[in-house]
Amino acid sequence: MEYFLKLFLSGTAKGSIYALIALGYTMVYGIIQLINFAHGEIYMIGGFTALILGGFFFSNGMPVGLVLVFSVLLSIMYAAAFGFTVEKIAYRPLRGKPRLSALISAIGVSMVLQNFVLLSQTEKFLSFPSYLPEFNWLQPYKAYINSTQLIILGVTAVIMVLLTLLIKFTRIGKAMRATAQDMHMAQLVGVDVNQVISVTFIIGSALAAIGGVLICSYMGQINYYIGFIAGIKAFVAAVLGGIGSIPGAVLGSFVLGWTESLGTGYISSDYEDAFAFVILIVILLIKPDGILGRTQRQKV
Amino acid sequence: MKRRTMVLVVFATVSLLVLSGVQSVFAAPIKIGVAGAFTGDLASYGLPTVNAAKLVVKDINAKGGINGQLVELVIEDDQCKPELATNAAAKVVSAKVVAVIGHICSGATKAALGIYKDSKLVTISPSATNPPLTQSGEYPNFFRTIAPDDAQAKLAATFLTKTLKLKKIAVLHDKGDYGKGFAELVKQYAEENGVQVALFEGINPGAPDYSAVVNKIGNAKVDGVVWGGYHPEASKLVQQMKDKGMNLAFISDDGVKDNTFIEVAGKYAEGVYATGPTDTSSNPLAIKAIEDHKKEFGSEPGAFFLNAYAATQALLNAIAKAKSTDYNKIVAALQSEYVDTPLGHISFDKRGDIVGFGFSVFQVKNGKYVELK
Repeated sequence: MEYFLKLFLSGTAKGSIYALIALGYTMVYGIIQLINFAHGEIYMIGGFTALILGGFFFSNGMPVGLVLVFSVLLSIMYAAAFGFTVEKIAYRPLRGKPRLSALISAIGVSMVLQNFVLLSQTEKFLSFPSYLPEFNWLQPYKAYINSTQLIILGVTAVIMVLLTLLIKFTRIGKAMRATAQDMHMAQLVGVDVNQVISVTFIIGSALAAIGGVLICSYMGQINYYIGFIAGIKAFVAAVLGGIGSIPGAVLGSFVLGWTESLGTGYISSDYEDAFAFVILIVILLIKPDGILGRTQRQKV
Repeated sequence: MKRRTMVLVVFATVSLLVLSGVQSVFAAPIKIGVAGAFTGDLASYGLPTVNAAKLVVKDINAKGGINGQLVELVIEDDQCKPELATNAAAKVVSAKVVAVIGHICSGATKAALGIYKDSKLVTISPSATNPPLTQSGEYPNFFRTIAPDDAQAKLAATFLTKTLKLKKIAVLHDKGDYGKGFAELVKQYAEENGVQVALFEGINPGAPDYSAVVNKIGNAKVDGVVWGGYHPEASKLVQQMKDKGMNLAFISDDGVKDNTFIEVAGKYAEGVYATGPTDTSSNPLAIKAIEDHKKEFGSEPGAFFLNAYAATQALLNAIAKAKSTDYNKIVAALQSEYVDTPLGHISFDKRGDIVGFGFSVFQVKNGKYVELK
């Protein structure tokens, strides 16, 4: 039982890592039905920015707490600007064209950003300092969960709630839902669709940057390639939960984390990916739109 | 003034001609074949060997050669391809060499070795690490100045059983050729030594989190963890293990014996063991060989340079000690004589594997890898 609890908590922690990235994926998909493959790269850039800024602030003698706040805020802004620009350059000109074109453009952006960081920064693995606080009261339970995992879990929950509130109850949320339902109709009734999509990308990229800082702090390392691997898993999680749905992305991530963790613990880590994809296939066979996905009605 | 210079030049030229003429009249040169990848994708593995051989031969010829004969190199390219290696071998043999330095890649070496064996030619490779080349006993003419692939795993297994006296271990790997190969051999040797391998698993390289497998290690109640793979995963594993309060011995391979590991893992790297090639950087002969290379070719030497340097030295030394270019005498000299090379004081065992150079165990102490004696 104790072992099960450990594995369950490790799966929860893993799931919340996937969820941080999956939330951004699912938001963009929900509004413009684009699988934004560059999302993982924005996450990586967020982490790199925090690393560079953090190092700069530290060397100028700033206290740890302020370093955390400033480097996170600035890297969120930087990543959001990246997301905004990428959308303007690579996706907006392809709006209204076949969906495949935008998808290929997204893959291209992903490669460009990876290689940009590879060339402008380094191909090496770098150490990522832990900016996050350690909770002393958690010390007796460290075999189960550590402070960073708890923070990631908390942040994921808060973001999920905030996003749901934003979409349900604010003006921009209403505009997002309208755009998601029918872009032309939304335009006709006076929604500035371009602005809505830009805001979506800015929010999605900001989330990716938060994920980047938290997850890199947890891993203790960073490299230009981390976005790709994490992005693929988060994408699976988003599809599992029903791509386009905010709670779905979080639930899908947890299901994925638990499956991988329990599979590793009771069977073998050799088949970790196999467990992930088997559960994906099973769920898509039963519910083709994912666990919480809305069934797309055929438009007549 | 001008005339005097002229006279000097003429005198110098004539005397050079006479001198070299004298030498070539008295003794034909000893020919040594050098074969390996000198063009193609893997040229960077082979070219340093040619440079090394040239440097050693230049040194020896400057001292008057061996047994009164100058040494000459016959260089043939195989691009690391077995089918080209047999051609290269045939050419080298027909050039009447007395021994061969090469080949570079294990596959090409294996292809060429049959030809050399039939022609009774000693062959010393600086880089072919495939274990059966020596261990099968099929090629008594084959020697190498690099430890075979399994030496590292054998050393790690001996270290964890004899030195650390572990009873029960977990073996993890990254599912790659290198990491999994190491892990499988460690498992095999450790079990032969009576150690229980409670866990043997591959993990996904690059994953953000290994806490599930770390929990599994904790649940298996082992005294040590062996990791076959590279440093990015190793640093995540040691970090997550220590965060959970698990202070287990962590033993890994050459892929972790890299300073990047210490930079990334920081304080978590302390105490980690890793096997790696014995450190030669403080050997004065190695320093000299590298300096000579910079002077002669204007660049840092590349892969296997020191191994090739040592191979050429060992071969020429064996010919000098045997006072002959006879195959049996060279083999006997290689196996009995020790020679000082950039790799250390080396010789060869009966199978043809290098003695006196190989892998050592290192441990991270105060942020540095320290060789354990």
